[in-house]
Amino acid sequence: MKRKEYWNQEKMGLWEKLYLFEIIRGLWVTGSVFTRNMFRWCTGRKGTLTYYYPEEIRPDFSPFNRGRHLLTTRPDGALQCIACQMCSTVCPARCIEIEADILDIKDTAHPKQPKRFEIDYARCIFCGFCIEACPEDAIRMVKDVHDLPSSNNEEMWISKEELTHWNPQKDVAKPYPPKNKELKK
Amino acid sequence: MIADFIIGIIFITYAVVLLLSLGAVLTWVERKQAAIMADRIGANRCYIRIPFTNIKLTAFGLFHAMADGLKMLLKENFKPKAYDRVAYFLAPWLVFTPVLLVFAVIPFGGVLTPSKIHPWLATFFGDKTYPMQIASLDSGLLIFFAIAGISVIGTILAGWSSQNKFSLLGSIRAASQMISYELSLGLSLVGVILIYGTLDLGQMTTQQSGVIAGFLPAWGIFFQPFAAILFLTAAIAENKRIPFDLPEAESELIAGYFTEFSAMKMGLFMFSEFIEIAIISALFTTIFLGGCNLPWMNNDGLFIPGIFSINLPHAFIVPFQMLIFLIKVLLMSSFQILIRWSLPRFRYDQLLAFGWKFLLPLSTLNLIITVFLVYFIRGGGQ
Repeated sequence: MKRKEYWNQEKMGLWEKLYLFEIIRGLWVTGSVFTRNMFRWCTGRKGTLTYYYPEEIRPDFSPFNRGRHLLTTRPDGALQCIACQMCSTVCPARCIEIEADILDIKDTAHPKQPKRFEIDYARCIFCGFCIEACPEDAIRMVKDVHDLPSSNNEEMWISKEELTHWNPQKDVAKPYPPKNKELKK
Repeated sequence: MIADFIIGIIFITYAVVLLLSLGAVLTWVERKQAAIMADRIGANRCYIRIPFTNIKLTAFGLFHAMADGLKMLLKENFKPKAYDRVAYFLAPWLVFTPVLLVFAVIPFGGVLTPSKIHPWLATFFGDKTYPMQIASLDSGLLIFFAIAGISVIGTILAGWSSQNKFSLLGSIRAASQMISYELSLGLSLVGVILIYGTLDLGQMTTQQSGVIAGFLPAWGIFFQPFAAILFLTAAIAENKRIPFDLPEAESELIAGYFTEFSAMKMGLFMFSEFIEIAIISALFTTIFLGGCNLPWMNNDGLFIPGIFSINLPHAFIVPFQMLIFLIKVLLMSSFQILIRWSLPRFRYDQLLAFGWKFLLPLSTLNLIITVFLVYFIRGGGQ
């Protein structure tokens, strides 16, 4: 089948030289797109290809996309993490900071718990090594990277509480709850 | 005397408020319509928060116009080091003022008779009738062209005074373009003037209230369809918008003649451009689209000749006709914005060739044909 030629001819024909009809054709194209999108919008559908970004997560993230981290919990609510420092050791970007805390010396399976578990998303490269290194399945990645960006480096440190119960703020104008002050030097 | 004065003040306030708000609304329409045509959402982040609550009014991005104005007011008022002091300060106003003044001759409604609205008003106004037009002059259209021509001087002064080669080039382009297109702008309307036999825009509107051939509204566009297209083309060129935006072609001349203007001075240039869209639409509506007339409707009510007629109260007819005029103006503005976002820019030689070799002969031809038709249809010079 012969393919349709889309590029313009070298010389304009009489039809094109008359301007008006070609202009009406162009206006018809743009106008019909406009009416189509307006009609969609008026009937409660989406008239656009773009998304209202922070309010609307795009639905087509791959299910195994490496997004932001999530700390898993045990049934009693305590963190799975045993503060073994494996993830922070394997991390090529050195962005995970863990401060261990002795929880219960007699509980041999989980003697320690992180007092502080923080990830610097300004440096994280989303390689997923921490997930592979973890012996306890305590850290995972979910598919989206919702609401991570910030205008401030310090605000990119995401703490243990936020990683456990990720609670993205709906409001872009409002900053995140203030981070731990001791991090700022 | 006092009554006339009060009516005049009301009309002037209405016109100024209407034009300024149209200027602001059209910036929103331009953004949104362009976005929707391109499958995007458009500006929608600007909001006003209701105090003490977390409810944010975005109003589909309407507040962006306010934010724009605020930004322009708060910006640094930069002045180039070597500039012509008088001309530099005069230029934005010479562009902006004529655009507002021009609306004086355009009728924005039917005929207002205060005594018909409420009997109480008759004690003050008597039996007077007021055509809804700030100045109902016999030479309305000429005044329009005369005042609109002043804004060319503004653009020339702006380019000359700011001591910048880009500005100068832009203003040279603007001057040659506006003067060449003003010719075909005027010529395309002479045929219309011949048909209506008047220059008064108010009378043109009244003449368009009838019906031709039993069903078509007697609008100018049906008498002079060709002149309508020519006029719209020349008018968009007068307004220096894409596809005729050579004076401010940003890829060649930064911003053209207002390169060296900042803050609200630049805002006046932008604002006058948007108001001029509304003005062009208003003039087009008045001359070609029957102004405030709807088909089968006049100042008394609805009618279909020979079949029926319904009288409507005057207090309903007057605002309704103003609304019709507004809707027509908004539709025409939207159409102009559609053109602006559909067509690419001309090259400069193409622009002038289009003006002089294409538009001018066509409008002359249109005039000649109209003259002959009018001469023979009206009975050969008796």
